[in-house]
Amino acid sequence: MKLITAVIQPHTLDQVKAALQSAGVRGMTVSEVSGYGRQKGHTEVYRGAEYTVDLVPKVRLEVLVSDEEASALAELVVRVARTGKIGDGKVWVTSVDEVIRVRTGASGPDAL
Amino acid sequence: MEPYIDTGITAWMLVSASLVLLMTPGLALFYGGMTRSKSVLNMMMMCFGALALIAVIYPLWGWSMSYGESLGGILGNPLDQFGLGGSFDQVSVLDTETGAAIPTIVDVGFQTTFAIITVALIAGALADRVKFSTWMVFAGLWVTLSYFPMAHMVWSGGLLSGDGPFAAIAEPVDFAGGTVVHINAGVAGLVLALIVGKRKGFGAEPMRPHNLPLVMLGAALLWFGWFGFNAGSAYGADETAGLAWVNTTTAAAAAVLGWLVTEKLKYGKATSLGAASGVVAGLVAITPAAGALTPVTSIVLGVLAGGLCALAVGLKHKLGYDDSLDVVGVHLVGGLVGTVGIGFLATDGGLLFGGGVNLLVVQVIIAAVAILLSGVVTLVLGLALKSLMGWRVATEDEVRGIDLAEHAEGAYEGINS
Repeated sequence: MKLITAVIQPHTLDQVKAALQSAGVRGMTVSEVSGYGRQKGHTEVYRGAEYTVDLVPKVRLEVLVSDEEASALAELVVRVARTGKIGDGKVWVTSVDEVIRVRTGASGPDAL
Repeated sequence: MEPYIDTGITAWMLVSASLVLLMTPGLALFYGGMTRSKSVLNMMMMCFGALALIAVIYPLWGWSMSYGESLGGILGNPLDQFGLGGSFDQVSVLDTETGAAIPTIVDVGFQTTFAIITVALIAGALADRVKFSTWMVFAGLWVTLSYFPMAHMVWSGGLLSGDGPFAAIAEPVDFAGGTVVHINAGVAGLVLALIVGKRKGFGAEPMRPHNLPLVMLGAALLWFGWFGFNAGSAYGADETAGLAWVNTTTAAAAAVLGWLVTEKLKYGKATSLGAASGVVAGLVAITPAAGALTPVTSIVLGVLAGGLCALAVGLKHKLGYDDSLDVVGVHLVGGLVGTVGIGFLATDGGLLFGGGVNLLVVQVIIAAVAILLSGVVTLVLGLALKSLMGWRVATEDEVRGIDLAEHAEGAYEGINS
């Protein structure tokens, strides 16, 4: 089993979510996060005081998938979340040792 | 004529008093939104604390010190009408020819609200870092030693009024409190900001307003309340009140435009904080002038106030003092624009309307006396409290958030709130 973690632009979330649902993904975890990469921050002005904000808002999306689906789904996320502009984010895939469904106690691929 | 209670004016004065009272909770929202989320409650508590304390003090000795028997034209005798007793007159005659009068207790209510908002205004210079206990003691002493004497001097036949020595040059104009309220509070804010010192991290880390919609809501409530402040100061339900109402609106609106244009030219963006600040800058500037200008000259005054205050709020970064929420940039500068602007723009006696320089000279003098008086009283009080009680909370409490340290409360749920 694999965990796909994607940190993406908030405005691409709806499309990514829809694309994953169409591809058969049945669950995901979404959180609001903030951070920065090469994009760096932006400048805000309050009564003439300029503040550089390093940490910009992003969305983190986590999906547990089977080994076979992992690379195709990761590529799907990258394709849909891409705007071509700096700050589009990152997607990475990690191995997961065990997954257990809380309601039934089922484990392994059955729990996905 | 035999005095009679004019119920129309009485009703309007009660409505005005209620409007002005609403300004202080409005100010709490305006200021609270501008602070960081970890100190919004403390900011609001400084406003509500001032409201509670001054509303109690005012009928005890505030009224008497403002309108009681004059001691040398500088302050009223606090014992003369202490607790609204002694020589307190139940009826205030507004017009000796017609006998129109209001119950004096209505005026007590109206004046109470002015004292409250003036003290609360000062709190904006002290955001995030001041002991609540020291603030409350300061509020009670300052209103007694600076506000009441100033109100007496300007509004009760004292040194800065039409009965004072400067009236020989020209009769000073302060319609609703440019000197008593705004210059007074603005100078106090500046002096205290210098005594208390900068917030930890000032100039190094971002201190962005945590909730701009609260700021906009607060500005809207201030504007609404200001109709009572200015139109109520006509002490009549008549054309002067109407003129003050319209001038209040045109000046505030013009100041929004003045602030936004200045911002756009200087920083490239017209911001919501700029619009809210422009509202207040315009309202401050028109306060002393509301009855002396026309709607057209009010627009001129408003644009000037908006532009100059927008430039003035940058001074703290250049000069290195931390007036957190720009009491100096908005209230002192706005108050000066209004008080001195009258000398140029007054329909009756202004320099640009053929009145010569006399009124201008007098307006500059009363502004200077107000600055001096408020500056000296605040300096002495501020330094005394610094050595007796201390102004600052512990550095770690300031970093962790003054809401938690001073009030054992947090405004919002969540890790970084």
